[in-house]
Amino acid sequence: MSAQPLLCARGVWKFFGDFAALRDIDLEIAPEATLALLGRNGAGKTTLLRMLAALSSPSRGSITARGEPLRSENYRRRIGVISHDIWIYDELTAQENLDFFAGLYGIRKAAVRISQWLEITGLARVRHRPAREFSRGMRQRLAIARAFFHEPEILLLDEPFTALDDQAAGLLRGLIARPSGQPRRTIVLSTHQLQEALGLATEVAVLDRGRVAFRGPNTEDLRASPGDLYKKFSEPTP
Amino acid sequence: MGFLRATLAIALKDLRIERRSREVLNVAFSFALVVLLLFSFTFDPSGEETRAMSGGLLWLVFSFAGTLALNRSFARETANQCLDALVSAPVSGAAVFLGKALANALLLLALELACLPVFGIFYNVRWSVSFGWLLLVMALGTWGFTVVGTVFSALTVNVALREIMLPLLVFPITVPALMASVQLTTVLFTGEPIAAEMVWLRLLFGFDLIFTLLGLALVEYVLVG
Amino acid sequence: MKTLTAVTAVMMVAALYLAFVWVPTERSMGIVQRIFYFHMPSFVVAAVAIYVGLAASIGYLASRDLRFDELAASSIEVGLVFDTVNLATGPLWAKPVWGIWWTWDPRLTSAFVLWLMFIGYLLLRRGMEEPGTRAAASAVLTVFQAVGAVIVYMSNRLWRTQHPQPVIGGGAGSGLDREMWVALLGCLAALLALYICLLQLRRRLERLRRETDGLRRTLYSMS
Repeated sequence: MSAQPLLCARGVWKFFGDFAALRDIDLEIAPEATLALLGRNGAGKTTLLRMLAALSSPSRGSITARGEPLRSENYRRRIGVISHDIWIYDELTAQENLDFFAGLYGIRKAAVRISQWLEITGLARVRHRPAREFSRGMRQRLAIARAFFHEPEILLLDEPFTALDDQAAGLLRGLIARPSGQPRRTIVLSTHQLQEALGLATEVAVLDRGRVAFRGPNTEDLRASPGDLYKKFSEPTP
Repeated sequence: MGFLRATLAIALKDLRIERRSREVLNVAFSFALVVLLLFSFTFDPSGEETRAMSGGLLWLVFSFAGTLALNRSFARETANQCLDALVSAPVSGAAVFLGKALANALLLLALELACLPVFGIFYNVRWSVSFGWLLLVMALGTWGFTVVGTVFSALTVNVALREIMLPLLVFPITVPALMASVQLTTVLFTGEPIAAEMVWLRLLFGFDLIFTLLGLALVEYVLVG
Repeated sequence: MKTLTAVTAVMMVAALYLAFVWVPTERSMGIVQRIFYFHMPSFVVAAVAIYVGLAASIGYLASRDLRFDELAASSIEVGLVFDTVNLATGPLWAKPVWGIWWTWDPRLTSAFVLWLMFIGYLLLRRGMEEPGTRAAASAVLTVFQAVGAVIVYMSNRLWRTQHPQPVIGGGAGSGLDREMWVALLGCLAALLALYICLLQLRRRLERLRRETDGLRRTLYSMS
C-alpha cells in the first residue's frame, strides 16, 4: 500500500549528555520516495541518518519501519548505507569484501551478484587486489557496490557526493535516479549540495538545529530558488 | 543470518586479514621472544626455583604478548569505521563479539604453541608430557583472557591511550584465570599429578563461562550508541 | 545536605573519640592497633562503593538515564578514596606490629586489585568525551569489575590455602572484645555517613558538569 509510510519517526529526541542534537522530530517517509535531507552543519542530519542506519537509538520517542523497531535484523537486512567513512576492509580484496558482506546479508547466489556489481562499478579488473591499493575513487565505488549489491529496499546516503570522483558520482547519480530495470527503492539523501539534491529528490526535509523546519514535496518553486530554502526555513541566529 | 554462521563469518574474516598482514603474529611473537630473553637474565634458567616458577613465567610471556594481539582486535575495525558496518548489518552484537573473540583466541593459541618449544629449550622444561592436559589449560586460560580482552577492546575503541588502557583494565579482572593457569601449568611441568589441582580447573572453567555470558549479554550496549 | 554534613561531622568526631580515646588499648599490639578501627571499615566502604556502582550501572543500562551514570561514577571515585585509606593504613599498622610492610593475603591483595579497578574505571572515563558512550562503557566495565572482584577474592583464598602467607590482622573479627566491636561498628557507621556525604557532593559536581557541557554545546551549535 503506497499510502502507508515506510519509515516513521515520532517525537524523536537525541541527547548527547545535555545537548539535544535532535528535538522532537516527527517525520514520515513514504515508500519509493527520494527524500533530500537538508540543513547546515550541525543541524542533525548525520545524527538522524545514523539512527536510520540502526547505529544508535533515540533518547526519546521512536522510529519504526512498518511498525518494526530499527534494531530488528529484518530491518537491517533491507538497508544499504553510504557513510562519511568507507566501511571497507583495506586488507581484503574487492571480491573478499563483497563476499564477506554477502555472507552477513544472507545473499543467495552471491557470486553472480558480486560479479555483476564489480562490472557495474568498474572494478572487475581489480577484483583480486586488496582495497588498500585502490585509489580513493575506486574505494568509493567499492563502497557503492557494498551498499547496493544486496538490493536494499531503503538507501541511506550521508553526504555521498562530497568526496566522489566524477566516475563514482555519475554512477551514484544513475543509481539514485532510478533507471528502468532497477528495483524501486526508498532513498534518504543528506547533502549540502542543494542543486544536486533537488535534481534527484521527490521530497525535501530541512533540519535546523535539531528540528524539522520544513517538510514537503520537491516543487518547481523550490528548484527555482534553492537558496531561499535555508533563509525561509531556518531560525535566525540570535 | 544464523548466529553461528555470522560468528564464523566474522571470525574467518579476522583470521584472513591476519594471515594477509601477519601483524599480530610477527609483532607479538617477536615481543614474546624478547621477554623470554629478559627473563633469562632475571630468573636463572637452570635453578630449581625457576622450575617451580616455570608456569608463572610462561603465562607472563603469554599475557604480555596477548595484550599486543588484543590491541589489534577492534583497531582493525576502526580503520574505515568498519565497526559501524558490522553494527548496521543484520547480525547481532553478540555474534560480532563472539566471532572476534574466537579469532583472537585462535591467534593467541597459535602464538602460545609457537612459544612453547622455545620456552622448553631455554628453560629445559619438558612440556610434551601430559600435552593433552597442557593444551586444555592453555585453551581455557587463553579463552578467559581473550573474552574479557575482546569486550574491553570494544569498550576502548575510541579512547585516548587505548594501548595502555587495555592491559590496565583487563589484568585485574583476569587475575583468577591467570592464577589458575599458572598453578595448573606448573604442576604439569613438574610432572606432579593434576588430580590434586582439579579445583583450579573448575575455577578456570567457571571463570570462562561467567565472563563469556557477561560479554554476550552486555556487548550490544557498547556497540549501539 | 546541610543536615547530612552536620550529622557526618558529629559521627566522625564520635568515631575518633571511640577509636582513639574510649576503646581500651589492645594488649599485645599497643596504641598502633587503633588504626584498625579505620583500616577495616575503609575497606568495607570501598566494597559498598563498588556495589552501589554496580547497581547504578545496571540502572543506567536498563534506562539510559544519565543520573545513574552520575551515581556510578561518583560512587567509584569516592570508593577509591576509601580504598586508598585502607591500603595506606595497612602497612602503617603492619610494620610496627608484624615487621613487614605488606603481604599478599587475600584481603590485602583484593584491596589492591580493587584499587586498580577503580583507577582503571576513572582513567577510562577521562579518555572519553561523549556522555552517552562514556556512560555505557563505564557501566559495562563496572559489571565486569564487580563480578571480577568477587572471583579475585575467592581465588586468592584458594591460593592462600595452598601457599600460606603471613596474615596481617588475624582472622576477621576473631577475638574482638565487646568494646572493640562497639568502636569498630561506630567507626564503620561514621565512615558510611562520610561516604554518603562525599557521594552527594560528587554527584552534584557531576550533574553541574553535564549541564555546563550541554549549555556549551548548545551555544556552539547556534553560532
